[in-house]
Amino acid sequence: MNKSIEKMRASRKVLARYEYEPAAIDKGYSGKTLYIDISNQTIKAKDVTNQMKDIFIGGKGFGLWYLWNAIKPETKWNDPENEIVISSGPIGGITQYPGSGKSLVVTLSPLTNSLMDSNVGGFFGPYLKFSGWDALEIQGKAEKDVVILIDGDNGAVTIEEIDFQPGASHLISEQLTEMLADNEKDKMHVSIVSSGSGAEHTNVGILNFSFYDLRRKAARMKQAGRGGTGTVFRDKKIAALAVKYSSLTGRSNNPADPAKISKTGVKITREINKFDNEQFRMRQIGTANLMTPMNDYDLLPVNNFKYGSHIDAVKLSSDVLRDRFTQNMPDGCWIGCSLSCCKAVDNFELKSGPFKGNKVIVDGPEYENAAGLGSNCGIFDPDYVIEANFYCDTYGLDTISTGTMIAFAMECYENNIINKKITGGLELNFGNAEAAMELIHQMGRGDGFGLIVGQGVRRMKQIFAEKYSADPSFLQDIGMENKGLEYSQYQAKESLAQQGGYAMTNKGPQHDEAWLIFMDMVNNQLPTFEKKAEALHYFPMFRTWFGLQGLCKLPWNDIVPEGNAQTDSPEKIPEHVQNYVDLFNAVTGRNIDKEEMIRQSERVYNFQRIFNLRLGFGTREHDAAPYRALGPVTVEEYESRAERYDKQLKEDVGIDPAGLSTEEKIKAMRKYREERYETLLDVVYERRGWTKNGIPKPEFVKELGIDFPEVMEVINKNL
Amino acid sequence: MKIVGVNEALCTLCGACETTCSTFYFKEDNRLKSAIQVHESDHEAGAVIKVCNQCGKCIEVCPVEAISRSKKGIVLINKKTCVGCFNCVGVCPTETMYWHEDLVIPFKCIACARCTKECPTEAIFMTEVE
Repeated sequence: MNKSIEKMRASRKVLARYEYEPAAIDKGYSGKTLYIDISNQTIKAKDVTNQMKDIFIGGKGFGLWYLWNAIKPETKWNDPENEIVISSGPIGGITQYPGSGKSLVVTLSPLTNSLMDSNVGGFFGPYLKFSGWDALEIQGKAEKDVVILIDGDNGAVTIEEIDFQPGASHLISEQLTEMLADNEKDKMHVSIVSSGSGAEHTNVGILNFSFYDLRRKAARMKQAGRGGTGTVFRDKKIAALAVKYSSLTGRSNNPADPAKISKTGVKITREINKFDNEQFRMRQIGTANLMTPMNDYDLLPVNNFKYGSHIDAVKLSSDVLRDRFTQNMPDGCWIGCSLSCCKAVDNFELKSGPFKGNKVIVDGPEYENAAGLGSNCGIFDPDYVIEANFYCDTYGLDTISTGTMIAFAMECYENNIINKKITGGLELNFGNAEAAMELIHQMGRGDGFGLIVGQGVRRMKQIFAEKYSADPSFLQDIGMENKGLEYSQYQAKESLAQQGGYAMTNKGPQHDEAWLIFMDMVNNQLPTFEKKAEALHYFPMFRTWFGLQGLCKLPWNDIVPEGNAQTDSPEKIPEHVQNYVDLFNAVTGRNIDKEEMIRQSERVYNFQRIFNLRLGFGTREHDAAPYRALGPVTVEEYESRAERYDKQLKEDVGIDPAGLSTEEKIKAMRKYREERYETLLDVVYERRGWTKNGIPKPEFVKELGIDFPEVMEVINKNL
Repeated sequence: MKIVGVNEALCTLCGACETTCSTFYFKEDNRLKSAIQVHESDHEAGAVIKVCNQCGKCIEVCPVEAISRSKKGIVLINKKTCVGCFNCVGVCPTETMYWHEDLVIPFKCIACARCTKECPTEAIFMTEVE
């Protein structure tokens, strides 16, 4: 063991210790959750009630329920009573079905001041459960940096001060893993949650969840990326969370029907083995396989979502990234995941920043990183994307928000809203990789213009309008945020369903709730408002379900079974939906069907909507989208797709574009598209059982069984 | 290395190999718990004999490095390390990494040769391969 680890071990100062008998897992639940208040170092166990299991299921459901009980309507993200809740879910931790090791993080977001939920891989959630805890609930604020350690082998929870530098997340994961492991093999039994210095200086801090990679001999990391969970974490002065659990077996989750799980798992692993190479190549490229098709279909965000493709996108193509990833590795972020999409670039030599010259492992780039940090900033240099990806992760910055924030700053720079004097000398033109990299380092260090950009697009809009007299309506049009959260990296302009899929989300525009671009725009499967409304009911509910269970969404539709095209609803992938119903029943011993599955989600989804309402959000006005997400804002943007837009004006709007100036055409198009979006809100709200103002109707809330007095009070007050 | 070789034309589907294997390793006569399994061909007359050829594809997908090749070249599962994910079952090109609903971890042929000694027709035999 090296000296710095010995020093860390010697420095451990236990502030509080709680011993417990780890609860035996029964059908996916330990039946206990762990509550910690780091202000006064309280550590205690809570019972999981039947009501929690029936209504909130687990994962995000548990997180929302605990947060609801912990905070007041006026609580802000940096108040001590805000919590960070981490929970996997009943299916989380099985090893037989791909994508079964997720954790859900729930907290109040510094970006949105409302609810954030983030789905993340790594070993922490499953090990937390097998250590006896269905959820970890952290409240309060520490005075000095603390580490919370959960020893599932010996039944002990401690709050400790440990002498190490909490700035670079990859080093925190590596060092704590080494400190807690008895030997090389033992490192696999440890998982660390940490953030980095960027989380202290920005609103877009992430939480990195580690998973030990036996072949690379490295503690790699997956990210709870969205909404500033890491910013809350560092504000609470949590340096890291650690869990150790050494007894994982194929039956650790103690399911009701293990044979059913194994059978379903072997079936899909065989499918993946047979079809992945000809379908999405998740095992070769991971989600970065989307780079080429997105560009081909004009859906790749380029220059702050102005355009959907670029001639240089070939430099960031799926195959270019594939060649950077080490192949033929079991790259699952949870043990046993046969989809294995968690690719890495090995031995990457950094060219800038505090680790310049070091050879590192870079987790990713995934699609969102390459599109956000790359094409959306007009940068098509894979080396830049990989380096920016590394630094965002270790500084603890959300790559998605960071990409969209830098892209917004670049467009403002090109429009002379900000200039070199304001940016501290950075020439923030689209395509300037060097300036973008420096901005990321500034966010990591907490200096320069990075401090402004790191506050997020919504705050930048206010600052640029107030301090630099920018036109607020133009900033509103091009600032790609909704509810305060930056858009993720899909060009929604030509897909009405995706526009709703983004801006009607509970937490802000993240594609994990609804990704309908292909169905709507490419395959034209949603030609009517009714079909769009149905899709914007079904898919957000279906996708919510993964976050209740401890599951990843990717094995649902990033592998397609034989014969799917011949089913009644190929877009739903019925066979895989049935797999999930079977898994839930096999784990819990309950007997749900596909309808009850959606109902489970509806309960939590609507509870979250009402919770937003309780916090002063959750109504129609908060589902408004920036116009850049709905249509062309600028002349060059219109003209880049003039043929498409002119045709639409003629055929759909009933206006002959001949003789009109581009500005006039933009105006006519805008009126049409904005009205269409409002109609979409009407039909979707109706389908979801909501009022015209987007509030769940009391009779529907009752039908769902979430009509608790305090819930009804919130609804009645706002009707 | 020495592996179990097959000559399907000689197989009479008597099941002696399956009985031998499952009885020795699992103490019960249950063909579904045998690491060599024989059945009628779906396509043509005759038998199909499914037994591991020790190719080692399973080694590279095991997330916990529980599968390795012995000095003699035989692919072995470390039962203590295995976490029963069955990735190896799903990727096995010959479908001879087996699982059974009673068992937490998979099982496979380790070329012990017991079955070959019981085969009445020499449809299976030990053979040296590269």
